[in-house]
Amino acid sequence: MQKKIKEEKEITEKAIEKQAEKEQKEKQKLIVVPGETIVSGMDYLAGEGCIREGKDIVAIKYGLATIENNLVKVIPLGGTYMPRVDNVVIGQVVDITFNGWIVDIFSPYQSFLPLAETTARPRQDISEYFDIGDILVMKVKAVQPRSVTLTAKEKGLGKVTSGLITRVSPVRVARIIGKKGSMIATIKEVTKTKIVVGQNGLIWIKGENAESELLAKEAIELVAENPLLDGLTEKVKEYLEKKVKK
Amino acid sequence: MAYTKRFDGRAFDETRPIKAELGVVENADGSALFAFGDTVAIAAVYGPRQLFPQHLQNPQKALLRFYYDMLSFSVKERKKPGPSRRSLEISDVATQALEPALMLEKFQNCVIDVYAQVLQANASTRTACINAASLALAQAGLPMKDLVVSVSVGKIGESLVVDLTKEEEDYQEGGKKAATDIAIAMLGKTKHISLLQLDGAIKPDELFKAIEMAKKAAESIYQAQIKTLKEISKKWV
Repeated sequence: MQKKIKEEKEITEKAIEKQAEKEQKEKQKLIVVPGETIVSGMDYLAGEGCIREGKDIVAIKYGLATIENNLVKVIPLGGTYMPRVDNVVIGQVVDITFNGWIVDIFSPYQSFLPLAETTARPRQDISEYFDIGDILVMKVKAVQPRSVTLTAKEKGLGKVTSGLITRVSPVRVARIIGKKGSMIATIKEVTKTKIVVGQNGLIWIKGENAESELLAKEAIELVAENPLLDGLTEKVKEYLEKKVKK
Repeated sequence: MAYTKRFDGRAFDETRPIKAELGVVENADGSALFAFGDTVAIAAVYGPRQLFPQHLQNPQKALLRFYYDMLSFSVKERKKPGPSRRSLEISDVATQALEPALMLEKFQNCVIDVYAQVLQANASTRTACINAASLALAQAGLPMKDLVVSVSVGKIGESLVVDLTKEEEDYQEGGKKAATDIAIAMLGKTKHISLLQLDGAIKPDELFKAIEMAKKAAESIYQAQIKTLKEISKKWV
């Protein structure tokens, strides 16, 4: 009788251990290289940055592999911005056509901002609204095979007239924003600036004075340069508060 | 006199010391340095970006362009900079060597430029360039099925060797050229060959032996590439 109880206990202990091991594996962030098998087993699902090859989930990008609820993802450590609908992006006007503007948003495809997608009224010379070299905050309206259509009709979109623009790698944008915007909220709060983060890696900082803008820029660069650090939000907060006090 | 001992004292199946580094060109999307002893190459990747002139665009996949060049100070006699028959050929075969690893169909109408420069040459420059390019492409965040590894093998006198130097390439026996050099590139994991160039003479069965030697050496280079990619990230922690 006692033996049976002992056996049962052992089985449950083993199960707990297995569960803990699985959770440990899920928490771990692994650096993977293209072609590397991340996990093997049919109960995993291949997400972004990986493919299924027979039984294995194989990485196709160099980056950090995360496993969440059996969904395997690879967050790349480098790469260019690929436009997606509804992304907020910041870009520079590079050319003017009769019905809109060609904007460089640092992506492989040319993007176009039609006149109809702005609050401007058609006039003879549309360069009165946006001229070559102007920086604009826009949203991606549509992505076609060859080109990207932008819009600047909504609130908060349009020309950047003051402040500071900085550029980081687009793969770092998610980290700069943080979980539910925690990181960017911290930077905004401590430096007392307004920040718009474009998904393409361009960031617009607007503060009361140049010092606060530069401080915010410094914090953003700190986040961008340390993609593997844990608890970054706390560290950035500490760092900024120290600087502000000075 | 047969070639029984290598000029630099290496074992016949041993490569020169490998050195690899990531992110050597700051403005590139991805870059790497790769060295076999004193053969040093750097590669910089730009893109995917829009391709002009437009008639070169392929609506099904991206175009991969590889530029190979030796810097003028990389060899003893000054090398005239700019493309030559030799560099154009190497650029072409290197493109074909890298293409099977890349998932080019994900970037339609685009171009991916790879600039590979030889800083210092002591034979096997194309293999060093391909290894550097493989690392640079991975760092650029491009989707790849596998890494590409490249190594040269050859027959000096009567012995098969791995990773030839210039001295070995010019080896003579009885006043006659007695060196064969074979540049091989293959996918890291599957060891599928994507480049095989042969300069000289070799018997078929010896060629197969040489390829087997290359595969063995490629494994160690593959591990070195993986180590480089994983180590750079540790710096940030």
